Amino acid sequence: MNLFEYQGKRLYQDFSIPTPKSIFVSNISEISDDHGLTYPVVVKAQVQVGGRGKAGGIKVAKDFDELTKFSDEILGMDIKGHTVESLLLEEASNILEEYYISFTLDRSAKSYLMMLSAKGGMDIEEVAEKNPDDLIMLHISPSKGLDSETIHKSVDDAKLNENYKVELSEVISKLYKLFVEGDCDLVEVNPLAITDHGVSALDSKVSLDMNAIYRHENFKNFENEIPIPVSEQFAKEKNLNFIKLEGSVGIIGNGAGLVMSTLDVVSEHGGMAANFLDIGGGAKAETVTAALEVLESEDNVKSVLINIFGGITRCDLVANGIVEATKGKELKWPIIVRLDGTNSKEGLSILEQHTNEKITISSSMDEAAKLAVEGAV
Amino acid sequence: MSIFINNDTKVVVQGLTGEQGKFHALRNRDYGTKVVAGTRPGKGGESVEGIPIYNTVEEAVDATGANTAMTFVPPPFAKDAVLEAAYAGCDLIVCITEGIPAKDEAEMYDILKENTSSRLLGPNCPGLISPGKSNVGIMPHEITIEGNVGVVSRSGTLTYQAVLELTNLNIGQSTCIGIGGDPVPGTSFIDVLDAFQNDPQTEAIVMIGEIGGSAEEEAAEFIKKNVTKPVVSYIAGLTAPPGKKMGHAGAIVSGNKGTASAKIEALTDAGANVVKNPTRIGQAIKDVV
Repeated sequence: MNLFEYQGKRLYQDFSIPTPKSIFVSNISEISDDHGLTYPVVVKAQVQVGGRGKAGGIKVAKDFDELTKFSDEILGMDIKGHTVESLLLEEASNILEEYYISFTLDRSAKSYLMMLSAKGGMDIEEVAEKNPDDLIMLHISPSKGLDSETIHKSVDDAKLNENYKVELSEVISKLYKLFVEGDCDLVEVNPLAITDHGVSALDSKVSLDMNAIYRHENFKNFENEIPIPVSEQFAKEKNLNFIKLEGSVGIIGNGAGLVMSTLDVVSEHGGMAANFLDIGGGAKAETVTAALEVLESEDNVKSVLINIFGGITRCDLVANGIVEATKGKELKWPIIVRLDGTNSKEGLSILEQHTNEKITISSSMDEAAKLAVEGAV
Repeated sequence: MSIFINNDTKVVVQGLTGEQGKFHALRNRDYGTKVVAGTRPGKGGESVEGIPIYNTVEEAVDATGANTAMTFVPPPFAKDAVLEAAYAGCDLIVCITEGIPAKDEAEMYDILKENTSSRLLGPNCPGLISPGKSNVGIMPHEITIEGNVGVVSRSGTLTYQAVLELTNLNIGQSTCIGIGGDPVPGTSFIDVLDAFQNDPQTEAIVMIGEIGGSAEEEAAEFIKKNVTKPVVSYIAGLTAPPGKKMGHAGAIVSGNKGTASAKIEALTDAGANVVKNPTRIGQAIKDVV
């Protein structure tokens, strides 16, 4: 889960990583003259999209008049399809040097990766492409970790300012600590700056590993602060992995691979999926009922394809869910059901006992997709 | 022959007393797999449908000669369970558990590699089946028949789809393996391709990938250099909406890799026959065996 800048900076503060003094506001009425910040103050739009500065989402205010004026302008602004719903008001820094640092998991190397460069503050992808020598890439053993000697050497190798070596090393060590102990998929600071107040993380890009939510109380709070599209809210409440798409064939399946492939096969038969909906592994009857409820509230759905291949998921439970959701109901659209795998015989017999003229059972994925595309016309 | 499991495979189930563990362990046993033990701290001495429960994997291995562990332990305890099985001497550990934090997976992989010779399959995988010999995991065995095609996949349910397409055309399988789609899989495409290439029973290979990461591109390079057996492949997600990039760091690490078209191109270039629809896998294999 990608965090907003202000959320990432809260995590920085939790790990004593220096950031400029700031306040977070989501309404213009929250800004009063006694905010305690020293001017100039940077007004920063909180959106999860790059290029907000160029789009006018970052402005420097020299006094209270400008602060309210700029805040008013930026709140509600549309930046590449993202509406600005909150601001970070931050004391401006006098920047002497700008560096880049990130920690992430390198899946191919199966180890952590630190990237460090003296050329921060700019497009780091361009640095990596044109001047790869200016970007230090250091793999870190997940079981051994990152020791201070290695950090010192990296600071030297990246040719960061010698005079700030101790301070920089400390901050790097804290960022690594946040990456590991905070269960982050990504911690990226660009720029990590030397200012006249010392080393400071001026921006934050943090992504959390939501599989680790059970050991971090703050993950849930962060999640609640991130707006999700209205169309995906209901599905989220039901714990379903749902993404709205533009087509007319509603899709319900188990396992991301099978659902993606169902989208592909529907497209091959000339149709377009209305959504991606994965009920996950080991789904119960109520999960399937909830999935059908989600599609009921989608106007663009004209037919529904339920494609289940049971493994850990049991087809009899899926069938019970379909029966529960459709029993005695006048269905808006035809439902094509394909069940295979674990307990599929039991599942099919449950569906056969519960006849509904709008439900068709198909014995193959290809045929089911074809029928669903025809049903959506 | 088959790869990783055979008639001598003896399974200890970690989490046998849970609902999922029990359901699938008993299915595995009904199929003919030697499910010799289960573990659950504090429940040693009990039994589940005739399968003895031990407090630790070490006790189970000592008492029964188990050489393979199958793990259904919930995410917070999965890393320790896998390491316990490795230190108890299990050669193969099949971790079915879904939802393990990436940090735990990375550490677990690192520790296994440094300190043990155990092979980890998964986490978040459906396990593996060598039809007619052994089924360790949650794959529905009804759709498999014994034969000469090796199947490897990152996706669980899509593996079943591919296997069914083969079985429908009466093409049997040597071993079907789901490596799981998590960030740090214990066993990679390359490990499995290498094993299939060296397995006399396997005559052709089906490899199922999906968008994201670079595992398929790396597998393609390996195929180009090392695999002489015919490979049929399918990549799921050609029509999926593009996902969100994970910051600039993610972009630098993955470069142009990750899209369905990049993967299809790499595999085609390596000599694999990449089909655009999973229901064509059977016919594509029929054409080469």
